Amino acid sequence: MSILHTISKSPFQNQSLSSCVAHASSGDAILMIEDAVYGAVSGTAAAAQLAEGENISIYALGPDLSARGLGEAKLAEGINIVDYDGFVELAVEYDKTQSWL
Amino acid sequence: MKFGIVVNEGPYTHQAADTAYKFTKAVLEKGHDVHRVFFYHDGVNVGTRMSVPPQDDRHIQRNWSELAEKYDLDMVICIAAAQRRGIMDENEAKRQGLDGDNIAPGFRISGLGQLIEAGVQSDRLVTFGD
Repeated sequence: MSILHTISKSPFQNQSLSSCVAHASSGDAILMIEDAVYGAVSGTAAAAQLAEGENISIYALGPDLSARGLGEAKLAEGINIVDYDGFVELAVEYDKTQSWL
Repeated sequence: MKFGIVVNEGPYTHQAADTAYKFTKAVLEKGHDVHRVFFYHDGVNVGTRMSVPPQDDRHIQRNWSELAEKYDLDMVICIAAAQRRGIMDENEAKRQGLDGDNIAPGFRISGLGQLIEAGVQSDRLVTFGD
């Protein structure tokens, strides 16, 4: 049973991202939306935590990155950028969607 | 594929009501079905037709109402959350002895059972906001 985890809050604001990484299983995906996209920035503690996940795909919502001035050059390696269509495709691809508060 | 959408956050708060709208729109434009959109907690505030944002800002309530009309969406507002926050349809306003209603086009007020049913009937239930 594969799960798409969505995180919407900045890793500088609460512990959702690190809780999510701790709970996600091999074969799951994590999608950062809204303020959570700050977790995709290279050099942050959050990006390092995300990189530790084994066989967990990491995504960030492109429009929310752009709205915050975060171009691809600022992101950590291994972050896949998707738009809203891509978000829908991920929701279809994975068996369940878990929204972290 | 059949989607259920839950909106737990009010409009113009952080971003959840916007993200939920854009996600739902993308779901529909890709040809999937949306069984129901359930507005819960502060999310019920999306469903007032008295919202008047500045002209150069997005109109979150109107966006949802137009989406509902275009795709014949079932948009349900949780009755208990709505009563606490003063979101009323005609029947509820009368029952409570209030002088008017404010529910926006395309929205209807019902119970939490509608969320459970949406979870049962949908292939995917996606939640926005905390």
